[in-house]
Amino acid sequence: MSPPIEFELRRRTLLAGSAAIAMSAASGQRSAAQTVTPTGTPVGPESTAVTLTVNGEERELTVDNRTTLLDALREQLKLTGTKKGCDHGQCGACTCTVNGQRINSCLSLAVMHDGDEVKTIEGIGTPEQMDPMQAAFVENDGFQCGYCTPGQITSAKSVIEEIRAGIPSHVTGNLTAEIALTDAEIRERMSGNICRCGAYANILAAITQVAEGDEA
Amino acid sequence: MRAFSYEKVTDPAQAAARAAEVEGAKFLAGGTNLLDLMKLEIERPAHVIDVNGLGLDEITETEEGGLRIGALVTNTALSADARIRRNYAVLTRAIAAGASGQLRNKATTGGNLLQRTRCPYFYDTAQPCNKRAPGSGCAALSEGAFSRQLGVIGTSDACIATHPSDMAVGMRVLDAVVETVTPEGMTRSIPLEEFHLLPGDTPERENALMPGELITAVTLPAPVGGEQKYHKVRDRASYAFALVSVALIRQPDGTERVALGGVAPKPWRSAAADAELSNGAAAVMAELLGGARPTEENAFKITLAERTLAAMLAEE
Amino acid sequence: MKFDKAAGENTLFDNAEFVGRPTHRIDGPLKVTGTAPYAYERHDVVEGQLYGYPLGSAISHGLIVSMDAEAARNAPGVRAVVTTLEIDPLEKGMNNVARLFGGAEVQHYHQAIAVVVADSFEQARAAASLIEVEYEKGDPADYDLGAAFERLQGSGEMDTDTGDVEAAFSSAAALLDEMYHTPSQSHMAMEPHASIVDWSDGDQMTVWTSNQMINWNHGSLATTFGLDEDKIRVESPYIGGGFGGKLWLRADAVLAALGSRAAGAPVKLALPRPFIMNNTTHRSETVQRIRLAAGEDGKLTGIWHEAASHALPDGRGEDATAQTPFFYASDSIRAKHHIVTMSLPESADMRAPGEAAGLMALEVAMDEMAEKLGMDPVEFRKVNDTQVNPSNPEQEFSDRNFVECLDRGAEAFRWTDRNTAPGATRDGQWLVGHGVAGAYRGALVLPSGSRALLEGGKLVIETDMTDIGTGSYTILAQTAAETMGLTLDDVEMRMGNSAYPVSSGSGGQFGAASSSAGVYAACMALRERIAEQLGVEEAEFRDGRVIAGDTDRALSELEGQIDAVDSIEWGDFQSEYQMATFGAHFVEVGVHAGTGETRVRRMLAVCDSGRILNPITARSQVIGGMTMAVGAALSEDMALDSGRGMFANHDLAGYEVAVHADIPEQEVIFIDTLDPVASPLKAKGVGELGVCGVAAAVANAVYNATGVRVREYPVTLDKLIGGLPAIG
Repeated sequence: MSPPIEFELRRRTLLAGSAAIAMSAASGQRSAAQTVTPTGTPVGPESTAVTLTVNGEERELTVDNRTTLLDALREQLKLTGTKKGCDHGQCGACTCTVNGQRINSCLSLAVMHDGDEVKTIEGIGTPEQMDPMQAAFVENDGFQCGYCTPGQITSAKSVIEEIRAGIPSHVTGNLTAEIALTDAEIRERMSGNICRCGAYANILAAITQVAEGDEA
Repeated sequence: MRAFSYEKVTDPAQAAARAAEVEGAKFLAGGTNLLDLMKLEIERPAHVIDVNGLGLDEITETEEGGLRIGALVTNTALSADARIRRNYAVLTRAIAAGASGQLRNKATTGGNLLQRTRCPYFYDTAQPCNKRAPGSGCAALSEGAFSRQLGVIGTSDACIATHPSDMAVGMRVLDAVVETVTPEGMTRSIPLEEFHLLPGDTPERENALMPGELITAVTLPAPVGGEQKYHKVRDRASYAFALVSVALIRQPDGTERVALGGVAPKPWRSAAADAELSNGAAAVMAELLGGARPTEENAFKITLAERTLAAMLAEE
Repeated sequence: MKFDKAAGENTLFDNAEFVGRPTHRIDGPLKVTGTAPYAYERHDVVEGQLYGYPLGSAISHGLIVSMDAEAARNAPGVRAVVTTLEIDPLEKGMNNVARLFGGAEVQHYHQAIAVVVADSFEQARAAASLIEVEYEKGDPADYDLGAAFERLQGSGEMDTDTGDVEAAFSSAAALLDEMYHTPSQSHMAMEPHASIVDWSDGDQMTVWTSNQMINWNHGSLATTFGLDEDKIRVESPYIGGGFGGKLWLRADAVLAALGSRAAGAPVKLALPRPFIMNNTTHRSETVQRIRLAAGEDGKLTGIWHEAASHALPDGRGEDATAQTPFFYASDSIRAKHHIVTMSLPESADMRAPGEAAGLMALEVAMDEMAEKLGMDPVEFRKVNDTQVNPSNPEQEFSDRNFVECLDRGAEAFRWTDRNTAPGATRDGQWLVGHGVAGAYRGALVLPSGSRALLEGGKLVIETDMTDIGTGSYTILAQTAAETMGLTLDDVEMRMGNSAYPVSSGSGGQFGAASSSAGVYAACMALRERIAEQLGVEEAEFRDGRVIAGDTDRALSELEGQIDAVDSIEWGDFQSEYQMATFGAHFVEVGVHAGTGETRVRRMLAVCDSGRILNPITARSQVIGGMTMAVGAALSEDMALDSGRGMFANHDLAGYEVAVHADIPEQEVIFIDTLDPVASPLKAKGVGELGVCGVAAAVANAVYNATGVRVREYPVTLDKLIGGLPAIG
């Protein structure tokens, strides 16, 4: 049997010989991040106690000020249904609603949400009791790998609400008329939720089915 | 992300005073750009002042018949406001063309004006960037660099970044004015035209704000009417920054205004170019983009801007 | 079970109750409620998980002279820092071309050079940025693939060389000779590469990860860390997308393992999104020269396809000629893939490796040749169909229905209604065009095993097979239920765990055909066990019962646990045939006459992939491929910084994959075919076929819309506007 590798095995004598000789300030690239030298130091606590109402339940937690709402949900509250796809607002996998509005939870600090009402996919439905949108996603196969899916479902529900609330989009024709719930409107408004598996056409079918069901 | 202390403020003047007083302080509103940059340590505030409690989230009418948009009005709220949709449609169009529904729900009016460039080298802290690390050089201008998205005019040898906002282009064509409060509690009005700075030798300086100064509102003059359009051109159909965008207002009397996004470090507009609109897109762009210094990769933006405007003028 | 002759009539699958029926995903309710656990989310599996964060190289190639991690080690919450200078270069696992960690040499940008372990994610991330690194940059390197191709073309032994190509080109009625270019592409799965590793005691290693190939991953971990395989367990029950990017062991698991060992605690680590492009693998850029010769009848007499792609030393690159020896009939065929060594991140497999990039070029060339011949591009392809392998005419295709794909598609798409004159159809400010392309993708199969366990009428299937969104959970449950005469509710699938029998894994479009046959094999073995236990022969299994002669027992009444393990092994007879899948893609686009923006308006795919095990999940695979290909056609481009040897647009804002608004109505038609050579279920994979040829159909439609022929992907507006009409 091989022994486990040993990390302390050798701290290299820093490159003896030619490499070190060839190295000079000019040829070498020193790389700490190329950023402005930070100025100042924190002037108060670096963590904060907050109370969030998550899926109807009041949760008290102390967060590092740096903790995003996404990481507070996933790592502290262990509500891992909200996904981290990019952590930079470029994919939509982390979409959840705060006080009824969908946001990218990766680009919001938990500390900013003291007193807020957060709803995640876990609060929308359970495997045994799915929300109509969740059931429609299953029925229309609106996903494959499933990783972007909670964000898609959260956005899907919000999109219907946003259209009904008269919030215009990039594809809205007449800005002063009632907005129709068209395929183009849904597609445009869902575009902040990337699905690399490419289930878009099926997601559209799921949303349309729910929206029409609501109106029936 | 460096550790920071955090406070919430309730009064704009107090916020500005705190920002001036605490070394390394930074305002936080929607956070959709600032947090992105903090994660990458492009922004490294030691102290964060959360301004969301300032109550600057209303759109009110001004005595001049225009609108005063609180700095914390979200992009969604602004684009959906009935007065904006009716009288300042170009602004609704511009905002709706940007980002995604989720981001627009969070992004604020003040924050949008302050968002920083999306240049890939600005974002990669292993690379030189004069805007991020003054004096380190401009990676985007080096041999073999990727510059397709970057600026063609108003740029400098130190920086060719663009300002990424769509909203600001819509506001620029509407002659918006930025209102601020200084750490001393004084208010200032800065025409949007003068708000963003060209890079010159100091690309790290991006706007006319003084240390601690806080945007409180953006005001729009009385409605100018006319036909208002915004055409954003990008590779994919949504959720992408502009290659070129054109804001256009055409009046029944033939006078017109045009502003460009995606080409410069600020929304790009000139009175001389506006005056050429009756002579067609080529004449406008000769004024507006005369003296452009594109890279080989982004020279197409000049043709694209002209063709985009021409197509808008040709639309029924 | 040895599959040693073509499947005959099979009463089980030819009259199936579950297999081939539209079946919703059995894992669907978990995925839509956020309760399916992905790698980074396994809070339940082990206590005391710490957070790891990587540091990547800031240069593309060279040496690390020194690393100063003192500040990082002293930062709040930090439990351990491991730098690459502190340990010997780790052995490379299966198909790892670049070293994943260890030693001073840098082979590519963002190669992992340190890992920081801390109590929290925030602490680990902050500390990682405190590490200072001094590099000695390697010599300036050449990243010009086009120039390399110019140097290399015609050199070396051709990979395929049949017939007299020179003669064909000297006497043809029509000739085509064009250069094509496809950019490097990134898988960009929504779930970043992520792992939790518990190697706290330096003995047993448990890895919860996101990986398509459990057994390969397992073996690579053993190689990399010098451990016995039986000390390692790998679990990957849910994978947030792979597309080939998670076939191999990658830095996430290696760094988490090193961090765990150093900190003496389990460590979780996900690659930050800005790392994905340069740290993990990608599909290489290709430069392709295609020469076609044809007679007046439209029959190809010569195909000469040479291509180049980049790779690190000993890498495989992207063989864009992969389909060329097999797809179209031609008297002569010459094909060669030149691999060009470059100090770029590792190029490796991405969805339909070879064909995806190759057909982007070949199917444009076919469109161009049809035009030269004055033939309809559908007809031109039909004329050049073949039932035998063109580069080895002795060998027949096991089942090939390409012409039917073209015919069915042309009819459903109303192809003949299109305007054949480029640039002549308008819809307001939009120029409208239509394009077609053929699709070809090999149908590989691999050995695949599973265990079938029956107790109280409930069947458990255990296999290390993965479901990367492909629908494996569901199709394997269908297969098991069918074979055992049970219902889907009676079947529990346990997958993605190295404790279970080794399967084919998910990749290369081999997963569905291979693993369903593996489950079938285990279930047939279980049937034998049951029959033995009951002392009967020729037993029938249906409606939850086993019936043989006078014996008629409910499976739920059988005593105790009965289990069987078996694997499908593939007989040599398959090599007598060329096995592949076929398709035809039809696309309508609009190109804005002013700006050159291209928007896809309508898409149709017709697929010939043998038995479709589940039309719902198979259709999703195909539309997924079509969607990925819209990105490939119109926007995806890893922007090479040739001064720095790295890809500059390394996040999901810079690298534009298709979004909702890019995707129109998509229709998929499966031709009702069976391939008895391919597998006992007469099934072949379909997941990669869906991406093949689509981008070329888009490019051909853009040409039809505008009259501008773009041979360099992505087909972006800057390549079109120069050829668009004046406005006004």
